[in-house]
Amino acid sequence: MTKKILEIDNIKREFRMGTEIVRALKGINFTVTAGEFVTIMGSSGSGKTTLLNILGCLDKPTSGTYILDGTNVGNQSRNDLARVRNLKIGFVFQAYNLLPRTSALENVELPLFYNKAIGTQERREKAIKALEAVKLAERLDHTPSQLSGGQQQRVAIARALVNEPVMILADEATGNLDTRTSYEIMALMQELNQQGKTIVFVTHEPDIASFSSRTIMLRDGRVQKDYFNENVRSAKEALAALPVTDDY
Amino acid sequence: MSIFNLIRLALLALQRNKLRAFLTMLGIIIGVAAVIAMVAIGQGSKESIQSQLGNMGSNMITIMPASNVAGGARLEGSSVQTLTVADVDALKKRATLLSAVSPVSSSRGQAISGALNWPTQLQGGNTDYFDIRKLTLQDGILYSESDVASAAKVCLLGKTVVDNLFPSGENPVGKVIRFNKIPLQVIGTLAPKGVSSFGQDQDDIIVAPYTTIQKRVLATTYLQNILASAVSEDASDAAVDQITSVLRETHRLRATDENNFQVRTMAELIKTLSSTSSLLTILLTAIAGISLVIGGIGIMNIMYVSVTERTREIGLRMSIGARGIDILLQFLVEAIIISITGGLIGVVLGITASEVITLTLGWPTLVSRSSIILSFMVCALTGVFFGYYPAQKASRLDPIEALRYE
Repeated sequence: MTKKILEIDNIKREFRMGTEIVRALKGINFTVTAGEFVTIMGSSGSGKTTLLNILGCLDKPTSGTYILDGTNVGNQSRNDLARVRNLKIGFVFQAYNLLPRTSALENVELPLFYNKAIGTQERREKAIKALEAVKLAERLDHTPSQLSGGQQQRVAIARALVNEPVMILADEATGNLDTRTSYEIMALMQELNQQGKTIVFVTHEPDIASFSSRTIMLRDGRVQKDYFNENVRSAKEALAALPVTDDY
Repeated sequence: MSIFNLIRLALLALQRNKLRAFLTMLGIIIGVAAVIAMVAIGQGSKESIQSQLGNMGSNMITIMPASNVAGGARLEGSSVQTLTVADVDALKKRATLLSAVSPVSSSRGQAISGALNWPTQLQGGNTDYFDIRKLTLQDGILYSESDVASAAKVCLLGKTVVDNLFPSGENPVGKVIRFNKIPLQVIGTLAPKGVSSFGQDQDDIIVAPYTTIQKRVLATTYLQNILASAVSEDASDAAVDQITSVLRETHRLRATDENNFQVRTMAELIKTLSSTSSLLTILLTAIAGISLVIGGIGIMNIMYVSVTERTREIGLRMSIGARGIDILLQFLVEAIIISITGGLIGVVLGITASEVITLTLGWPTLVSRSSIILSFMVCALTGVFFGYYPAQKASRLDPIEALRYE
């Protein structure tokens, strides 16, 4: 049996807004095994951002258990959570969140600075390897302002990969990109998935969800649908099918 | 994150805002430079007062007759004749903390050489007198023990007297001058000492054996005062006590009697004058210290701005595994680097400013090592103190909100 990466059991999250209690998540259950490519979908207000924050160990559930790669995250301290984020999760954000005026290489090295086990030499090697994996080997010294949106997102993906996390957590990672570049990023994601990376991709575009192997639909803080994709589209083929003339 | 990486990170962050970093530093630079320059001025003036007084003989103790009562009327000190050569002998024998004792006799009068004359002071003691007053010979010889014993009609001239009596530049040694009506042979001239810190011309003097002045000029057996030298400046106070007890005994004073003499030390004078310049130093340093605090507030201000500006960066760092302490240290190290770099530049600037002040204004300055170390430590501490709150604010940000901050 394949290893379970995420075990979500009856997770609830409540926020207190003044005197009112807002129930963002009303009991979520699902399990993700290693090597899956899951998209979490839902309209705004469905609780997907709250779920993402919990999955990313940035927030803790009000009740329920969340086991990430065998670690119960629920009872960890702030500092322990930082360590979990550092070692087990690779974040990819909608707005890339790269450090300005800092080279691609240094941006990718960043997570390794917070990992005491890795020395200067190893840090550099790993960062170069990660940038090679996203096909940016020749742009190590470029700063974000010298890179296109797609390239910046690829640097961000390299940064997510560099610490060899058990899961890549993408938050609307194609939200700021045009269709062609979105497909390029999805092609890269699929490639990483084929290499065995577990990917959890939060999006609201059904188009993007069709590239994943499984989709979880959220609605009003509950799982509305959870289904495996029979016909996973290949992002590479979709990219090839795009009319060239559209791309100015 | 290792300290090396923290420093590198901070330098990178500062490099991105070079001008801002420099302007922030400027407060510290000016503060430290001001502290060092002000302390240097204060210390310099203190040192110069001390060396001037030391030139007059910092161990010197003056014993003067005190006011006395004659027929119910209190008499002025100088008109009282209580000090005698016997007192000098007693002090020489019994006051062990004194390295030299000399009786002093003096008289004002007119010095005459040929057609020229000059009003001046004739003063003298025994052979120790030169030592105590720190007088040195320029030309000729000093008077000897036998000159003192025989009340020889010899004298030495100070530079001002030489200039006024022998303006054409001829050597006065060997010449005979008259003081009032007494002919005195010039056997030497004294090295110039310049004007004292009280504005008195120390070269306007003729020195002769005290016996000569007593017997041939004043015709008295009393002494104007007694000069003595303590073995060291520190021993001055103890020496005063010794002198007092010896003189009370030789003067046969009862326990209830007031002293009919008074003892003054140079050390007291130095203390008084130094305390003035110490006060000056404290004042100047306090003002300079305030500018250092303002510099610190500048750092705090900029660090707050920097934290707000880099909220997203902080959120990102947290999301990829930075702990609160990592963020705290990152900003703290940045603040400390600003303050320490500013401090170093300030030290260099302060030393340079002191030199420039000495060169252009001619004020004596003394850059003390303690002021450098102290102001440097204070500014490093300033960095920690004023950098801590912004850094703490950064470290306590909620990563979720920080990531979404616009």
